[in-house]
Amino acid sequence: MELMADSSWLYMYMPIAGVHIFWPGLVLIGFSVGVIGGFFGMGGAWMVTPGLNILGFPMAFAIGTDIAHIAGKSMVSTMRHSKFGNVDYKLGVVMLAGTMVGIEIGAQLVMWLERLGQVGPVVRWVYVGFLAFIAWMVFYDYAKAVSNKRKGLSGQHGTEGVTWYKALHRINIPPMIHFRASGFTCSAWLPIMVSLVTGILAGFLGIGGGLLRMPALVYLIGCPTHVAVGTDLFEVMISGLYGAFTYTLKGRIEIVAVFVMLTGAAIGAQIGTVATKYSKGYGIRLAFGAAVLCCMLSIILKQVGYTQSAAALILTTIGVICLYIMKIMFVGAARELREKKAGTQIG
Amino acid sequence: MTKKLMLMAGLLGLDALLAPLARAAGGKASDLVVVADTRVLDSEILLYFANLYNTNIVLFAVWTVVLTAAYGCLLGVVMDKLMALTGLDLTSRKIVEH
Repeated sequence: MELMADSSWLYMYMPIAGVHIFWPGLVLIGFSVGVIGGFFGMGGAWMVTPGLNILGFPMAFAIGTDIAHIAGKSMVSTMRHSKFGNVDYKLGVVMLAGTMVGIEIGAQLVMWLERLGQVGPVVRWVYVGFLAFIAWMVFYDYAKAVSNKRKGLSGQHGTEGVTWYKALHRINIPPMIHFRASGFTCSAWLPIMVSLVTGILAGFLGIGGGLLRMPALVYLIGCPTHVAVGTDLFEVMISGLYGAFTYTLKGRIEIVAVFVMLTGAAIGAQIGTVATKYSKGYGIRLAFGAAVLCCMLSIILKQVGYTQSAAALILTTIGVICLYIMKIMFVGAARELREKKAGTQIG
Repeated sequence: MTKKLMLMAGLLGLDALLAPLARAAGGKASDLVVVADTRVLDSEILLYFANLYNTNIVLFAVWTVVLTAAYGCLLGVVMDKLMALTGLDLTSRKIVEH
């Protein structure tokens, strides 16, 4: 009874930031972003930072803590996706070089804009522009896929809408590489150039890049959605560990919070990752498009001064998408177990 | 000699004048040094990491990356074992786009 009355056990002391934080909140944020990240194949830094802010986490530590937790969480998700055969390691390694070089170029571009005194508004509006483009692309792709299905047009993995990658696969500049897990052969320069461009954008916008890389893997490189999710998580894991190192060198990390969030994220990542098994590619793409749209709206709200509304929108988005993914996972798992049981009884 | 002394006195005077102004203006947020308060820590492990953060940030960064990766791996293996108990097939899936 005393334990119930005294709520101090719900608060954990963060030794570096020097604040007491409501630790179940950290576990919940980790869990939710684990579910969403495992399903979409992205880190989800844009979702974590406002959540940490609301819990009273000092902003100076929010980004570094966020990146380190994302690296660990992506590791758990990558391991699970790998078992499903959703990670194309060859493609991931080829893209890593482009991603790293691109991030550095993007960061230099930001520093150049900083010298001109234009960095803030330019970065934010470029970000909004790209998010709008990605959301439009996802919904346009879906509409086209529905139309193609009505016409009876079907590909190797069912009906597809936007197939820009088919034109890009015709580029015949050596070396040509076969990516077995993704199931296609293309010039090595295609993934290198795509990762370079997404890397430049990620470095320029100051984000992890999963938000840009996942659709690029689907629409430009031609990965099946499930493989795009797994391969992107592999990329997020590597870049996240590098990011964790550099942010720690700047002293911007709270290691205790990383571990608490990671514990929740490990459970969430299982749910999000296994849910991809029960979802069609377009189910993942549509939910991703909705998330991107909400992210864009939150940035616009922040830009016009509605910071609290922006945080509320992001937290609502996290809650709704998380519940949607959990429903897919539990309904799918229950159906599989029922079918298994029925199969055993017949056998 | 007198000129040099006057120049030095002038520079010291300028420094004395500018130092409080610079302090009052403060640094950029990114330049601020954050120090972990080790006086309030009881746990030996937390004390070790807080001290490391204050004294050797490079080693602290290495520890952070290694521990994050190790904990991620550990959680991945543990969750894998737990998920195997559910009886779900976790090694195959069909890829259907639409």
